[in-house]
Amino acid sequence: MKISENINESGSTVDMLINMGPQHPSTHGVFRLVLQLDGELIVDAEPHIGYLHRGSEKLCETESYSQVVTLFDRLDYVANLNSELAYCMAVEKLLELQIPDRAWYIRTILCELNRISSHMLFYGVYGLDVGAMTPVLYGFRERERIQSLFEQVTGARMMHNYIRIGGVKEDTPPEFNENLHAVVLELEKAIEECDELLTQNEAFLARTKNISCLTIEDAIDFGVTGPILRSTGLVEDVRISEPYGIYDRFDFGIPIGSTGDCWDRYYIRMQEMRESLSIIKQAIKQMEPGEVQAKMRRIVRPPKGECFVRTESPRGDLGVFLVSDGSQNPYRVKVRAPSFANLQAIKHMLEGVYVADAVVILGSLDIVLGEVDR
Amino acid sequence: MEDQANKTTALNAASQKLLGILPSILNQPTLQYRTNIDELTVNLPGDLVHTICKILKTHTDTAFDYLTCLSVVDYEDILEINYHLFSYTKRHKMVLKCELKSTDPTISSISNIWRAANWFEREAHDLFGVLFEDHPSLDRLLLPDDFEGNPGLKSYPLHEYKEW
Repeated sequence: MKISENINESGSTVDMLINMGPQHPSTHGVFRLVLQLDGELIVDAEPHIGYLHRGSEKLCETESYSQVVTLFDRLDYVANLNSELAYCMAVEKLLELQIPDRAWYIRTILCELNRISSHMLFYGVYGLDVGAMTPVLYGFRERERIQSLFEQVTGARMMHNYIRIGGVKEDTPPEFNENLHAVVLELEKAIEECDELLTQNEAFLARTKNISCLTIEDAIDFGVTGPILRSTGLVEDVRISEPYGIYDRFDFGIPIGSTGDCWDRYYIRMQEMRESLSIIKQAIKQMEPGEVQAKMRRIVRPPKGECFVRTESPRGDLGVFLVSDGSQNPYRVKVRAPSFANLQAIKHMLEGVYVADAVVILGSLDIVLGEVDR
Repeated sequence: MEDQANKTTALNAASQKLLGILPSILNQPTLQYRTNIDELTVNLPGDLVHTICKILKTHTDTAFDYLTCLSVVDYEDILEINYHLFSYTKRHKMVLKCELKSTDPTISSISNIWRAANWFEREAHDLFGVLFEDHPSLDRLLLPDDFEGNPGLKSYPLHEYKEW
C-alpha cells in the first residue's frame, strides 16, 4: 500500500484496517482479529470467533452421560483433565454421589499437574509472542515430562478420558509414585530455571510492564476470571472461595498482582505453578490406598433436575450447567468457558494501544480456541 | 422441573442471608423463591428481567457484580433463559430464570448492565434464535453470517450417521 492512499483530500490520515488471522501463528489457533489503525495506534478491534465450532454442546445431547467425557477432553485441549473433572462433578452433583478419597487424590494430583503443563505451554509460547525463542524449548521440555507421566497413568498423552463419573478409570500403575516424585523434583528445579530465564529479562519487562492494565471493575464486569482477574489484585480462586473435592485439605496461596498488566498475568502463572507443586506434594503425603470408583450403576441416569458447578481451570472459572430429564442422555449441557469470557475483554484491552502490543496482549490471555468455540 | 424444587436445601450461609433480604429489596410480591440443590432460584416474567438485574447489580446488599453464565434451555414450546449470578463482595449466588414462548423469543438485553452478557447473548441468539432487544450488535457469533437456522434448538436435526 502506498502512503498516499492513507491520506484523504484534506491531508489528514484515514484509518487503516488490518486483518489478523485466522491463520496467523500468534492467534494460538483459528481466531481472527480485525484491527482498525490510526498510524500505529489501534482505534478499534473486532474479534471474530467460531472457526473451531463443532457443536459440542449439541453433540452432548445425543451421547450417553459416560460418553460425553470424551467431548470435554476436546474443549480445553491443553488442560484436558480439568475439563473432564468439571463435567464429572456436575453429573455427580445431580446423582448425589460420594467419591472415594483415593479417587479425589488422584484427580487432584493429575489436575494440578495439568495446570502446570498448561502454564508451561503458556510460558513457552508467551516467550515466542514477545520475541524470545528460548523459553519455548524449556517450556516444552517440562511439559513433556508431565505428558509422559500422564501417558503411564491414563494411556494417552492428550485425550485421556481418565476421569470418569464416580471416580477415575483405574488405579495408578505401581511405578507411578516413584515417577511422580522424580517429576516433582525436576519441575521444582525447572520452574526456578524458567523464572530466571525470562521473568526479569530487561527486554521482556519492556514489552510487558504497564501494557494493557486492566482495572478490577472492568475485569469483573467483563466476566474475566482466573489469572487475569487475579492480576488486577482481586483475591479470587474457586478452589478456595467455593472449595470443591478435597481442596480444603491443602494449604496453598493465591498469587495476586497489583497493576493488571501483561507482566502480572505472566508472573501469576509462574507463581501458580509453585502453588500447584505444593498441593501435589501435600496430596502425595496424604494419599492412602483404597477404592478409586464409587459404587454405582453401569448406566448413568441422573434424576430429573439441573445443577451448575464451578471449577478453577488453568484459564479461570470453568462452569458446567447440566440439565437432566431423567433419560440416558443429558438434556442440555452448557459450558461456561473461561477463555470465552476472557477473550470478550480483548476489544476493550486493545483500544488505544500500539499495534506492536496486540500480540503481547492476546498472548497474555492464554486462550484455547477449542474452549472458546466449543 | 417443579417436582425437583426444594428437594435438598443446602444453601450456604451467605445465600441464606440473601434469601432473607431479597423479597424486600426486589419488592415484587408475585415472585416465587425456591432452592435448587445449592442455589437460590427465582422465576421472572420477561418484562421484569432488566429492572431486576439492574437492582441486583446496583443495590449494596445484593451487589451481584459477576454474571457467571447466561444459558438457554430449549423445552420445545418454551425457551428458558438462565442467568447465573455471583457476588465477589458478598460471596453469594443465585439463578434467575425466564421462560419465553418459542414462537416469540424476545427479551431485553442486559449487556448494558454486565458487559459480560454481550457475547453470551450473541451466542444465545446465534444458536437458539433468542432476540435481545437493545443489544449493541446482535450478529451471529459462532456460526458464519450466512448460516440458516438455529442449531441449538431441539427441532434442528443432528446429522444422522449411517455406520457402514
